[in-house]
Amino acid sequence: MNKDTKEILVGPLLLKNPITYQVLGICSALAVTTQLKTALVMSLALTAVTTFSNLAISLVRNRIPGSIRVITQLAIIAALVIAADQVMQAYLFDVSKQLSVFVGLIITNCIVMGRAEAYAMANPPLKSALDGFANGAGYSLILISVAVVRETFGSGKLLGYELAPTVTNGGWYVPNGLMILSPGAFFLIAIFIWVQRSISKSMQEKE
Amino acid sequence: MNFSNKYIIGFALVICLVCSFAVSSLAVALKPKQDANRLLDQQENILRVAGLHQGSSHPTPEEAVRLFESVTTWQVDRATGAMTKLDAFAPAKQMIDAAKDPAASAATTSEAARGAQIRRTPNQLLVYEVTAPGKEAWVLPIWGNGLWSTMYGFLAVAPDFSAIRGITFYQHGETPGLGGEIDNPTWRAQWPGKHLRDADGKVVIEVVKNGNVRDASRQVDGISGSTITSRGVSHTVRTWLGEEGYGAWMESQVKEGKK
Repeated sequence: MNKDTKEILVGPLLLKNPITYQVLGICSALAVTTQLKTALVMSLALTAVTTFSNLAISLVRNRIPGSIRVITQLAIIAALVIAADQVMQAYLFDVSKQLSVFVGLIITNCIVMGRAEAYAMANPPLKSALDGFANGAGYSLILISVAVVRETFGSGKLLGYELAPTVTNGGWYVPNGLMILSPGAFFLIAIFIWVQRSISKSMQEKE
Repeated sequence: MNFSNKYIIGFALVICLVCSFAVSSLAVALKPKQDANRLLDQQENILRVAGLHQGSSHPTPEEAVRLFESVTTWQVDRATGAMTKLDAFAPAKQMIDAAKDPAASAATTSEAARGAQIRRTPNQLLVYEVTAPGKEAWVLPIWGNGLWSTMYGFLAVAPDFSAIRGITFYQHGETPGLGGEIDNPTWRAQWPGKHLRDADGKVVIEVVKNGNVRDASRQVDGISGSTITSRGVSHTVRTWLGEEGYGAWMESQVKEGKK
């Protein structure tokens, strides 16, 4: 693997993570992270969509007229999202029921549009697909971490498997309500951003 | 790069055609599988609320067909309570769609219906009769609004309407961990055995605010931290058991039983 490819693949996972570095796509990070299972499926769906949308847009990048650039990207992304939604309804029915509208909302996810506009429009197909995949993976990493914390402390479970019996089921664990509600995800993402900015000094703003 | 207007319009047209062709062919190809999933999901929920299927695993399509041999689908006229036997299973979606059609439904006026935001109820209702030995029950499709979403579910009642047999929601968007606890088996376990109507046919079952149960024979304890969802469930159940739902049918069934 040459240095260039490595940079494309590893960058978005940690230091250039779309959520913690660019603070994109946090809307869905709040909505689908109360359970790990939905977060996992959302991660898979978004990674697939960014990979293929970057690939498709990069393939036709030299033919897209600048004046209808964004709407073209949107049409391609929307088609891919509907495809992902249809496939999930056919093969992952349970989870698609839980995710309901959020799959459709991948269309408006800033990461997908962001990578299409910033990367795929200016780079060759293979590199663009890799970039889309890596950004999807970076998003997934944060989404899954947030979901693990929220489901563990908010419901006393992980992937539906009971870690601590909750009071409502006759156990001892009083679930943390903050983790169940959306603000819980905000706090967690803020902590991730804090940790990241403390480690990589280059991101700190000068006073 | 400068493109002519002709090129731009042509390009937009081609992109639209390619995308719509891809999306529609995929949707058509996957439709049978999706419909089968939805049907199985409905059947599974009916089997679960009637106690014919238990555990966390899903029944296979073959199992569902076998278990459904003891379930008969009836169409019920809401106003008169007259029953018509249907040859095949009809999903609750048929009722939900009918409620949206002004020609096939009536506007509601009761307080309970307002509470559950059920604006119309269909003129023709569906009832699933479970005849498996020891599990005899009527399963009624119900829906109504909680805090965020419409909750779709099934209510199972004893053949003589003396008590609830079970309740389940197969689709809702309530907050997981709070209102979403309507899925919690421990909470749902409170329902079986509760009285739904008194000797005069008045609906008596209700969900009360958490910790305020005075009469355990007919009151269900609400979910702590989910007052609005609990209230929504209460209004939903009361609407469907009332005159705007299955009230007339239950009344006619009770009368017939006494003959």
